[in-house]
Amino acid sequence: MNDMRPVERAVDTNEIKFDCKDCQVYYGEKHAIIDVDVKIEDKTVTAFIGPSGCGKSTFLRCLNRMNDTIDICRVEGQFLLDGEEIYDKRVDPVQLRAKVGMVFQRPNPFPKSIYDNIAYGPRIHGLAKNKAELDEIVEKSLRRGAIWDEVKDRLDAPGTGLSGGQQQRLCIARAVATEPEVLLMDEPCSALDPIATSQVEELIDELRENYSVVIVTHSMQQAARVSQKTAFFHLGNLVEFGETGQIFTNPKDPRTESYITGRIG
Amino acid sequence: MTDAIAQTPDEPRRVDVGSLMAHDERTRRRNRAERRFQLYGLTAIGVGLLALVVLLVSILSQGLPAFQQTFITLDVHLDATKLDKNGTRDIEEIKKVSTFGYAPLIKAAAEAKMEELGINPEEFGVTGKDAQAMISKEAAAQLRRFVIANPDRIGDTVEFEFLANGRIDGYYKGRVTMESAERDSNVSPGQLQLADALKQGGALSKHFNWSFITAADASENRPEAAGIGVAIIGSLYMMIVVLCLALPIGVAASIYLEEFAPTNWFTDLIEVNISNLAAVPSIVFGILGLAIFINYAGLPQSAPIVGGLVLTLMTLPTIIISTRASLKSVPPSIRDAALGVGASKMQSVFHHVLPLAMPGILTGTIIGLAQALGETAPLMLIGMVAFVREFPSAPPEGFFDPASALPVQVYNWTQRADPAFVERASGAIIVLLLFLLCMNMIAIILRRRFERRW
Ligand SMILES: Nc1ncnc2c1ncn2[C@@H]1O[C@H](COP(=O)(O)OP(=O)(O)O)[C@@H](O)[C@H]1O
Ligand SMILES: [Mg+2]
Repeated sequence: MNDMRPVERAVDTNEIKFDCKDCQVYYGEKHAIIDVDVKIEDKTVTAFIGPSGCGKSTFLRCLNRMNDTIDICRVEGQFLLDGEEIYDKRVDPVQLRAKVGMVFQRPNPFPKSIYDNIAYGPRIHGLAKNKAELDEIVEKSLRRGAIWDEVKDRLDAPGTGLSGGQQQRLCIARAVATEPEVLLMDEPCSALDPIATSQVEELIDELRENYSVVIVTHSMQQAARVSQKTAFFHLGNLVEFGETGQIFTNPKDPRTESYITGRIG
Repeated sequence: MTDAIAQTPDEPRRVDVGSLMAHDERTRRRNRAERRFQLYGLTAIGVGLLALVVLLVSILSQGLPAFQQTFITLDVHLDATKLDKNGTRDIEEIKKVSTFGYAPLIKAAAEAKMEELGINPEEFGVTGKDAQAMISKEAAAQLRRFVIANPDRIGDTVEFEFLANGRIDGYYKGRVTMESAERDSNVSPGQLQLADALKQGGALSKHFNWSFITAADASENRPEAAGIGVAIIGSLYMMIVVLCLALPIGVAASIYLEEFAPTNWFTDLIEVNISNLAAVPSIVFGILGLAIFINYAGLPQSAPIVGGLVLTLMTLPTIIISTRASLKSVPPSIRDAALGVGASKMQSVFHHVLPLAMPGILTGTIIGLAQALGETAPLMLIGMVAFVREFPSAPPEGFFDPASALPVQVYNWTQRADPAFVERASGAIIVLLLFLLCMNMIAIILRRRFERRW
């Protein structure tokens, strides 16, 4: 990776949030993630790209231990978050998930009011001492989710009554309401129309100021637009990882090149 | 078919429909099949509805008369010399007078009434004793209860409505006719004519009979006094026991199995067993209850607590299966969402999954309860067929008192010789059906109210 140094300088001041080494994931017999090494930086958008079924979601879900809910899934290797192993026996995944928030592929608001959707996380983590503080958190989160203006008059309306794009921004607002340090997004725009997509992309760019964002996407244009770092996965392997500009203009691996030019996919 | 498809290899193989205005043979055949299927469906629904109507009509026509009863109004002089010889009005002394002591008072009152109306029973060929027999044997007991409750009324003349004998009552409900009375040793045509005369005189009338719902069962020879009060209380107590045990146990078991348990051979085994238990004949649960709760644990026979426990065992599989189904139907994305914001497994279940599954759980529970309410066989094995005249006391002691249950009461009455009991059995069935209807309504309302879209 030495030849990337000129472009890396722009972001190398950021500290490392996730340091993953020799990561393996198995679904029963199936080896879904093979020998993956990745360093994810703070205040950076990292994009995971690759053909479908290559393990992007699987790897993303390892980062907040969502794979724990899948019985047959087995995870090996080192996953350091701020230098601490997240798969250590002493780690409670609940605390981890408060630190590493997640936005899912399909918008999945709770069938509750918009207000309660946002307030749920802060409530269970005891982030607000009283109603006023909670109101403040809700407003701040909805503003960060770039949806405040659209819903401020109907916070009591059900979150499930919003349009797809609004629901996804609501889910992003819900994820930031607990003030995580890392935000994982699994194809957050795949169910959205182009306008909603560009709204969410703008939002991701703003979120970069305060968070480390990891986004899985199948759209290379999206990766190019929103990310600073890109990881290309193929058949469970991390083929190439580096500066987004370099990956797209000057890929080192022939597989990356064929994917980017549309020959794998 | 061959002609419908163009055969030239380089031309697209395409259905040749010709004009859209004309139907081809395939389309016609498909449409015919569809119409035929709809017809089968309609026929099936028709047959079902017809069966329902026949059932309802027969039950209603047989059972509705049970809610009405023929009464004979008499003015009884509560003769102090007979009821309280010493004149002390001491309740213990009064209680010593048995129902036999009250019979002469009723006899005197009946004679006085007939004289007042100018009716001479001899005219109809009815002896004085037979005229007495037209009043239910329950009358003396009713009188005694009144006197014991109101000892200060001794010496007064009080108006009473006594039940008419079951045969006389049957005459006004079409069960007994002049012809059948000829052949019946229990009633004579003369008595029926006398009854008509009393009716004209205003001393005999038929009206709604609350005591059918509130009274206890009565013996073989006084069907007119039998009621379903004890059976309703017994059924109610059992339903309370079932609800309090089966709902929490069933829901807790389902949540554990569905949300927490790992999938391995052991949970698979449990799952198979639960499905099998749901299909076990209810009488087997009765045998189990007899062996465990009565013979081993020593709980009293005929008690609602034992019935409730047996019915709980029977209902649990139903509740568990329906609860698991409704938990399963909650989309996994909701669980992910909750876990994603840092809720624990338990929080995600109790804050999000359970509320969404609630309508299904409640519906399943109520259907299970309704099943339990109509269950007869296991209750007979644990001795709930016994003849119970005493009302069980208030809970929780009442759970251990002997009681009856509605379906068992129905079964009991259909076993008795007097056709008046068949009428009462049908009446009890109507009450049972009303309860079931109410429970299903509640299930529907709950489902509507809790239903949410996501
Ligand atoms: N729950 C699961 N059980 C078994 N196999 C799975 C499961 N989830 C994903 N896989 C397998 O793991 C591989 C990677 O899947 P995934 O991470 O979803 O791919 P991507 O998100 O890149 O499309 C796929 O081959 C998929 O079949
Ligand atoms: Mg995926």
